[in-house]
Amino acid sequence: MTELTKLTLAAALDGLKAKEFSSREITQQFVDAIEGARTLNAYVVETPEKALAMADASDVKLAKGEGGKLEGAPLGIKDLYCTKGVRTTACSNILGEFTPTYESTVTQNLWDEGAVMLGKLNMDEFAMGSSNETSRFGNVINPWRRKGDNQGLTPGGSSGGSAASVAADLCLAATASDTGGSIRQPAAFTGTVGIKPTYGRASRYGMVAFASSLDQAGPIAKTVEDSAILLEAMCSHDLKDSTSLNVETPDWRNDVGRGVEGMRIGIPKEYRMEGMSEEIDKLWEQGIEWLKTAGAEIVDISLPHTKYALPAYYIVAPAEASSNLARYDGMRYGARVAGENLTATYEGTRAGGFGAEVQRRLMIGTYVLSSGYYDAYYLRAQKVRTKILNDFVEAFESCDAVLTPTCPSPAFAFGEKSGDPVEMYLNDVFTVTANLAGLPGISVPAGLSSGGLPLGLQVIGKALDETACFRVGGELERAAGFVAKADKWW
Amino acid sequence: MSVTKDDVRKVARLSRIAVSEQHVEELVGELNGILSWIDQLNEVDIEGVEPMTSVVETDLPMRDDVVTDGNIRDQVLANAPRSEDGFFVVPKAVE
Repeated sequence: MTELTKLTLAAALDGLKAKEFSSREITQQFVDAIEGARTLNAYVVETPEKALAMADASDVKLAKGEGGKLEGAPLGIKDLYCTKGVRTTACSNILGEFTPTYESTVTQNLWDEGAVMLGKLNMDEFAMGSSNETSRFGNVINPWRRKGDNQGLTPGGSSGGSAASVAADLCLAATASDTGGSIRQPAAFTGTVGIKPTYGRASRYGMVAFASSLDQAGPIAKTVEDSAILLEAMCSHDLKDSTSLNVETPDWRNDVGRGVEGMRIGIPKEYRMEGMSEEIDKLWEQGIEWLKTAGAEIVDISLPHTKYALPAYYIVAPAEASSNLARYDGMRYGARVAGENLTATYEGTRAGGFGAEVQRRLMIGTYVLSSGYYDAYYLRAQKVRTKILNDFVEAFESCDAVLTPTCPSPAFAFGEKSGDPVEMYLNDVFTVTANLAGLPGISVPAGLSSGGLPLGLQVIGKALDETACFRVGGELERAAGFVAKADKWW
Repeated sequence: MSVTKDDVRKVARLSRIAVSEQHVEELVGELNGILSWIDQLNEVDIEGVEPMTSVVETDLPMRDDVVTDGNIRDQVLANAPRSEDGFFVVPKAVE
């Protein structure tokens, strides 16, 4: 039997449309693959019955030559998206067995286009983490291992389940979300493609909130084209999210093959960081060569406030989280730990329900917002954000897109960085600027490290110019010819 | 700026998170590590800079002030830790 799980989303959609196989057939293969890959801990809820029912409904439409843009395609959904009737906890104990009575806009858009839901994917608790080590359901294991080494590696985070499931062929593609790099970093760690669109492209309605001015939905997929197909379906203008932009969603799929002839690609000197590994630097140089060969003009640019992006992020994100997560009081939903009075109930519920990293960030956020500190911290950080955005605006006067590495290192081992919060935070050094400035950014696998692990390059575009990300990303993908897959050991 | 044990106790109370005395000590170290790293923002000249609001200039949308949903009591209560007769049951809030 053909291994339908290995298909790209684009090829699967073609095969379904041409009736080479049914949605039930491909869905059943994924259901079996997921069952056989529980060691990876990528899924926290499996919904095989729902998946097969949705597949059958799609097959009826496909038989009549009808259906949406994703008709019959089995996808994985990050546990951050509320899914009606299917447990959604953002992998936090405080949400208990929360089962939404409504659907997030992004997932509704996917079902409207005929997609099939395989289940909910593991993630860092409330998307706070860069290694998927803070989930209540335990670590996700990266399908990739170092050459000749069986040590377990993290898949990155927070969308670790999304990245691992795509890399291990446990779904055709997955939804993810990105607050500081949570789509792009795990994509880079697993040899997959991930894009965070411009802030406001996708609705945040029904996404469990972390930091509202930074959170943005996006896909993780096997190819740049697949990521374009899925992102198109996810984005929409939504009256239920006041920050949702009233703009058209372009035909990004067509941009992927357009090439980069005549484009100006900016190379920011500040991203050449001290202590960055030589192989990351070499890959970056290689990327520059590829784009030059393909007809792009390379421009040196400066983003002078880059080093302030992470510290600013660790004020803005915890501050907004402390406000957003105030809703978890154990009264209306989620788990309640009863105490001797109301305050003790609140304090016990939140101490028992939130993990260590979430508690740490909530306290940082509460501190920086507390009386007398607002101006010194939050307001200052929001002004630094303006400086970071202005850096980009100025740079974009001389270039059309910015090329950088996605991460300072390949995937690391469990526990390797969890001892020191700041060291873990530094993983997001190249990705976090796009969140602070609200810009689109894509990560594309471009090579292997000396240890045989995937490495990614990132392309950051102007606001609403995902097209540039897809054009440059598509070119990098073609030039790199990255086809490596993790050896199946699970 | 650095935090003391008293600051941590205060922040924990404001966050409504119960913290043991032993944990307070650890948190002092962790929070100070993060805050001292954040302090490098003081190097940035922010004179005359407006705080960032949005990357794409947009006005906050307005809509008609009308009810758009409702009559979903059972859905609202569906995930309650405790409910009775169509109400949330919560600990006594007024002595």
